[in-house]
Amino acid sequence: MSIDLTATNASKIASALLLERRKAGSPSMGMVLTLIVITDEGDHYDALKAARAVSREHPARILGVIRRPARGAANLDAEIRIGEGGSGETVLLRMSGELAKHPESVVLPLLLPDSPVVAWWPAKPPEDPATDPIGALAQRRITDTASVGRGRSHAILTQATHYAPGNTDLSWTRLTSWRALLAAALDQYPAKVIGGEVQAERVNPSADLLVAWLTQRLKVDIQRGVTKGPGITSVSLRTGGGDITISRPDGALADFAIPNAPARPVALKRRELPELLAEELRRLDPDDVYAQTAKSLCRIAERTAESPAKGSASTARSEGPDSAGSKGVARTKSAGSKKSISKKPAAKKVTPKEVTPKGAAPKKASAQSSARS
Amino acid sequence: MLMADDSSNPLRDPQDRRLPRIAGPCGVVIFGVTGDLSRKKLMPAVYDLANRGLLPPGFSLVGFARRDWADQDFAQIVHDSVKEYARTPFREEVWNQLAEGFRFVPGDFSDDAAFGQLRDTIEQLDRERGTAGNHAFYLSIPPRFFPDVIGQLKEHGLADNHPQSWRRVVVEKPFGHDLESAQALNAVVSEVFPAESVFRIDHYLGKETVQNILALRFANQMFEPIWNSNYVDHVQITMAEDIGIGGRAGYYDGIGAARDVIQNHLLQLMALIAMEEPVSFDAHSLQLEKQKILRAVRRPARLDLHTARGQYAAGWAGGEKVPGFLDEQDIPNDSRTETFAAIKLGIDTRRWGGVPFYLRHGKRLGRRVTEVAVIFKPAPHLPFTQTATEELGHNALVIRVQPDEGVTVRFGSKVPGTAMEIRDVNMDFAYGGTFVESSPEAYERLILDVLLGDPPLFPQHEEVELSWRILDPIIEHWADLGPPDAYDAGTWGPNSAVEMLARDGRVWRRP
Repeated sequence: MSIDLTATNASKIASALLLERRKAGSPSMGMVLTLIVITDEGDHYDALKAARAVSREHPARILGVIRRPARGAANLDAEIRIGEGGSGETVLLRMSGELAKHPESVVLPLLLPDSPVVAWWPAKPPEDPATDPIGALAQRRITDTASVGRGRSHAILTQATHYAPGNTDLSWTRLTSWRALLAAALDQYPAKVIGGEVQAERVNPSADLLVAWLTQRLKVDIQRGVTKGPGITSVSLRTGGGDITISRPDGALADFAIPNAPARPVALKRRELPELLAEELRRLDPDDVYAQTAKSLCRIAERTAESPAKGSASTARSEGPDSAGSKGVARTKSAGSKKSISKKPAAKKVTPKEVTPKGAAPKKASAQSSARS
Repeated sequence: MLMADDSSNPLRDPQDRRLPRIAGPCGVVIFGVTGDLSRKKLMPAVYDLANRGLLPPGFSLVGFARRDWADQDFAQIVHDSVKEYARTPFREEVWNQLAEGFRFVPGDFSDDAAFGQLRDTIEQLDRERGTAGNHAFYLSIPPRFFPDVIGQLKEHGLADNHPQSWRRVVVEKPFGHDLESAQALNAVVSEVFPAESVFRIDHYLGKETVQNILALRFANQMFEPIWNSNYVDHVQITMAEDIGIGGRAGYYDGIGAARDVIQNHLLQLMALIAMEEPVSFDAHSLQLEKQKILRAVRRPARLDLHTARGQYAAGWAGGEKVPGFLDEQDIPNDSRTETFAAIKLGIDTRRWGGVPFYLRHGKRLGRRVTEVAVIFKPAPHLPFTQTATEELGHNALVIRVQPDEGVTVRFGSKVPGTAMEIRDVNMDFAYGGTFVESSPEAYERLILDVLLGDPPLFPQHEEVELSWRILDPIIEHWADLGPPDAYDAGTWGPNSAVEMLARDGRVWRRP
């Protein structure tokens, strides 16, 4: 069911929604959140289709916001859709003239009472989503730097710099299955990681975030290698006993290899938009791990800027002075005997900047691997 | 065990709630792999878990049955069952990953050679697939075969727990048919497997709605203050099925409704509804609270007045003519097995003193529904005329377990119009809309919990024993009586059940 309202306002839209719900015979609302999709004439079809697919898992009022050129008289047109393969309601709002500068004035009265508000920019996000007029209404702001037309590696850095609690990026969401598998690998083979590499297509915000995450969690140098893709093609973590490697050359099936165990295939599919969005909507509180990762990404970028020679496959030293102390040391309690770190083949591309006394990473390796048994 | 705890893995962070727990390297061996449960639930659940990325790389599934199959034949069977019953879409790459780990061992439960082969297969998997010696044995077989299988597992060294790896055993209900047999069964299992390695599957406890009982009760402020005998009049727990016994005659005859369902599902539901707040949600604390309730249960003194049983007779159910229980295939003409059972129980605690819990279960009832209804006392004073409140019943909070999962609150509201007229209305929360797509099947959750070694949702032997202690005297009482009361198929049970509540001045809710 679709209703068009021309030259309308928020309160007329609200009454039309109520009327439609009553007509459908079910006046009560089961919707759990408001999802604002900030899009444009060209992309709105796909974006709203994904949003409606997600609304089956998270029944939502979906508000599609299309801002037209700000010339001419202020005008608001709305297209209301109820049913049609999603649960909840969809309103497409086209704003033109001066109104295009004040979209929040239309959106605010249409938010569901009390329930969470999520803003999603399927294409180009504002530089600072949290201070964007619509972003400020939301407690969850979802950007997607991988779908930005130009300057994608820069886009993720911009988002990371402007991180505010509640911000998240779908290139982070895309990493969940990689991260789960890497964590599982260290569950299975709990050795101290002394280095690593992420290989991916040249421009890939997810790969940058993965490097930042691994750097931040493992406190070691993580290299960034370039391949043809698709997406991330392999991640390897070096340990004293050998490499943990997950490689996925075809974007679907990965090979999972840890030391002392046979290599095994594991499905690692690139997920579709509705799946990613559904994962985002499952938790609506700030993502602290993304916050740390964003911070780590900024630190790496700063360091790269300081020593510009190395280009995209730059080495990132792990620890800022603050994080090195507390966590790094806590995990070294029983540093045991040294083990074969020095034997590392020098041929590796990795430049194992032998670590400063403070971090003392190589010694930790043996402590961890002996604890593994 | 090779699995590290969270704190030692730098990639894990308690804050990082996106990361799912992936089971460590392991495999599952299913006995009775040709059975209905295995085809319709277990194998699809395994696939769904793999599809959601929750199974470890190298996961292996070994089938054991008396069939002359090769590994490929077994893979074909799994393939068919996954295609037909899996919840998530079929994906070739997931299937390929999974199918590499399929093995089949043909043989009888008394066949030494077959168990020798099983042992070789498992060792081979450990080498080739890296299952690292971690295996769960899923006994999807009638309990009379347990001693054989478990004895064989022990004899062939398959049940030995090594410090580096685990062996677990999963058993399905029925956990015995009375206290004595449950103890005997437990003796068989526990002789070989330590208590923490035994996982008893009660699939009801894996359901989202059942787990939500805990969230509803202990995450909210508005329900707890009225969750006691000051406000609650009584509680009705209903599990109704619209089907008959179908092809289960061999199992069902002599077992009956009380043993089949009340002993496990309904008493577990009652314990979750009635228990005090556990100090944490770990397995031990939960079991402790559930056990306290089961220990505090008091049976009515007059079993003849406060229990009822019935047997469905031929009739019209939902527009179809259906046979009576005694006409079902393989049921003897003089069977006294009940297909409907209703019992009243009290709980002797300060919270629940004087509040009856009515539990009922039956086959061929009005419709398929499982629900828990907490019925509240009437308001102590109504400042309305009597005519205004004639249609006002008791307030109620209903937890709809299945189908149409959700919660209903029933309360009085003014009928629109000029006169003051009050009647009951419903306020609904429906999972159907809110969580349905992501709601995993109960078996997925439970199988994953077995592989992770996470036991909160599995009843322990003590609970099983306590349940039998509650039920045994009632079943013995029934055994001394004549045949159960007949009820027409497609109705809500025998008259005796209605009378049983009428004696207390109450009526069954029509679910």
